[in-house]
Amino acid sequence: MDKIIETKNLTKTYLMGDVAVHALRGIDLSVAPGEFLAIMGASGSGKSTLMNLIGCLDQPTSGDYFLDGKNVNVLSKNEYADIRNQKIGFVFQGFNLLSRTSALENVELPLFYDRTRRVENPKQAAIDALERVGLRDRTDHEPSQLSGGQQQRVAIARALVTQPSLILADEPTGNLDTKTSIDIMAVLQDLNAQGITIILVTHENDISQYAKRIVTMRDGLIREDNLVENWRNAKEDLVNFNGVEE
Amino acid sequence: MLQITNLLKAAFKSIQKNKMRSMLTALGIIIGVAAVIVMVAIGKGASARIQAQITSLGTDLLMIRPSFSNRGGVNMGAGSFNRLTFEDVEKIKEQATLVKAISPMVRSGGQVIGGGKNWSTSINGVASEYLYIRSYELQSGEMFTERDERSSKKVAVLGKTVAEELFGDQDPVGEQLRINNTPFTVIGVLKEKGQSGMGGDQDDVILAPAKTVLYRLKGGQYIDMIYVSAISKDQIYAAQQELTTIMRAAHRLQEGEDNDFDIRNQADIIDMASATTKTLTILLGSIAAVSLIVGGIGIMNIMLVSVTERTREIGIRLAVGARSSDILTQFLSESIVLSLVGGIIGTLLAFVVTFVMRKFTSFTPQIYPATVILAFSFSAIVGVFFGFYPARKAAMLNPIEALRYE
Repeated sequence: MDKIIETKNLTKTYLMGDVAVHALRGIDLSVAPGEFLAIMGASGSGKSTLMNLIGCLDQPTSGDYFLDGKNVNVLSKNEYADIRNQKIGFVFQGFNLLSRTSALENVELPLFYDRTRRVENPKQAAIDALERVGLRDRTDHEPSQLSGGQQQRVAIARALVTQPSLILADEPTGNLDTKTSIDIMAVLQDLNAQGITIILVTHENDISQYAKRIVTMRDGLIREDNLVENWRNAKEDLVNFNGVEE
Repeated sequence: MLQITNLLKAAFKSIQKNKMRSMLTALGIIIGVAAVIVMVAIGKGASARIQAQITSLGTDLLMIRPSFSNRGGVNMGAGSFNRLTFEDVEKIKEQATLVKAISPMVRSGGQVIGGGKNWSTSINGVASEYLYIRSYELQSGEMFTERDERSSKKVAVLGKTVAEELFGDQDPVGEQLRINNTPFTVIGVLKEKGQSGMGGDQDDVILAPAKTVLYRLKGGQYIDMIYVSAISKDQIYAAQQELTTIMRAAHRLQEGEDNDFDIRNQADIIDMASATTKTLTILLGSIAAVSLIVGGIGIMNIMLVSVTERTREIGIRLAVGARSSDILTQFLSESIVLSLVGGIIGTLLAFVVTFVMRKFTSFTPQIYPATVILAFSFSAIVGVFFGFYPARKAAMLNPIEALRYE
């Protein structure tokens, strides 16, 4: 089977003053298309560093990283930017939307930097992406006029708009209450069902239960790598949650 | 490269988000550009006016004046030996072939009493040809004749200002005047000529025969200047040459001795005047340019603040696929748009200011397209120059750190 992500002995060392911090000590990870992977670990375990490397936001100290079978270590900074633009969608803990900018314009943003110009009508594409996350009627709202869950949906729409094969979600539910968290997981599961590979970084056990595979990290290494047989269905949980509340 | 229209749209959008701040930032450029244009316009206007008026004196004009003389190594200073005489005038009249008209000039001044009033003015002792040389015209009466000159007749031709001050609307021809207690008969009035290039009133003057003024009013034996008209503009340097030869012979100067006179032509005077106004223009322009640079520093300051403030935004843009160069162009185009908008408003302001000046003051500022283009491109350069450092700082941000920035 083809791998969308394959890392070989990936390491990352930071220099904090004179002290070398080994954030990653040799990561071998393969992800197949269509997987829903959760990376778990305490803070300092290296999961965010790994996420940054996978997301082409940073370059490894050593080791190889193949994205879609292509070694990206040899690429230039500009090519990194283009990969981020075309192949990867990011969802962050803090939503990271542009303030005082409408939801529609926020979602359009990645297309602004798309040099291939493969999307003919960026505005329509952005509207479609918002429709997919259920915010068709909120296109003109600015982030300050949206709830946390809605903001995160806008962020997901922004990640979707370039039709990436991979969505990286870094603690996407970290700032949200339980119900909204489940709601966001439902959106992600929905997208995964449509064939998009999702990698989720979280330290919450509850949240990782919605993934199909859980990788646990500690001290810069992968300690556990388990497939989840009976992953939870966020939509069902949402119905139950509502029932409990009422 | 991203499309320019998109870039400009994005730049305008982010400027709009901070209207007050953007306006204040642009104000520096507005004032700078307006100041440069207005200052240069004032300088150019003054220079054009002076040139036009000097030219109106007649471009074939030559002026002979006494010069310093250097006797035994002692420089006596300008005019220390005032050696121009009526004989010099006669000699030039006899010998010069390239001269069309000649007039001595004896400058005097004094209190004039006439028509029951009195007025202080300058009295110029001249020959009748002086009218032609200086292109004065008569409004009424007539100019004195060569015979009047020879006989030192006490006749006077009044400038318009003098005539009005003493006699009002009345025609003063035939009236009596007393200049420093010497009686004169008014035989003519000059047409109005207006201000001179140097700002003096050319109509505040009385013309009288040179010998009359020298012997009856001023005393002494030397005349102050000799005005000469060359036969044509092209012959002016040849005429100057000829006059020098005649004057040297008349003054019996040995070979190697310095001239004790100084001949200037109109072109020299124009050059001198325009050199002065040019210096003035450059001075005014550079003071104004300093304010433009200060405006540029304002832009840099605000852009640096903006980069820090928008670190997270830069991180987001980088994460969704912006290249460093995209961020660079974004911030650069913001500062360029700021300074260009400032430049446009500043140019409009300059037009308003010069319009008001022309209407309500004696300045005659002139805006040349070249000045506008210069000030405008200077403001764009300021935008690029002072915008580059902050823009580069933004482009060099690490996406991970920028995203984490609080």
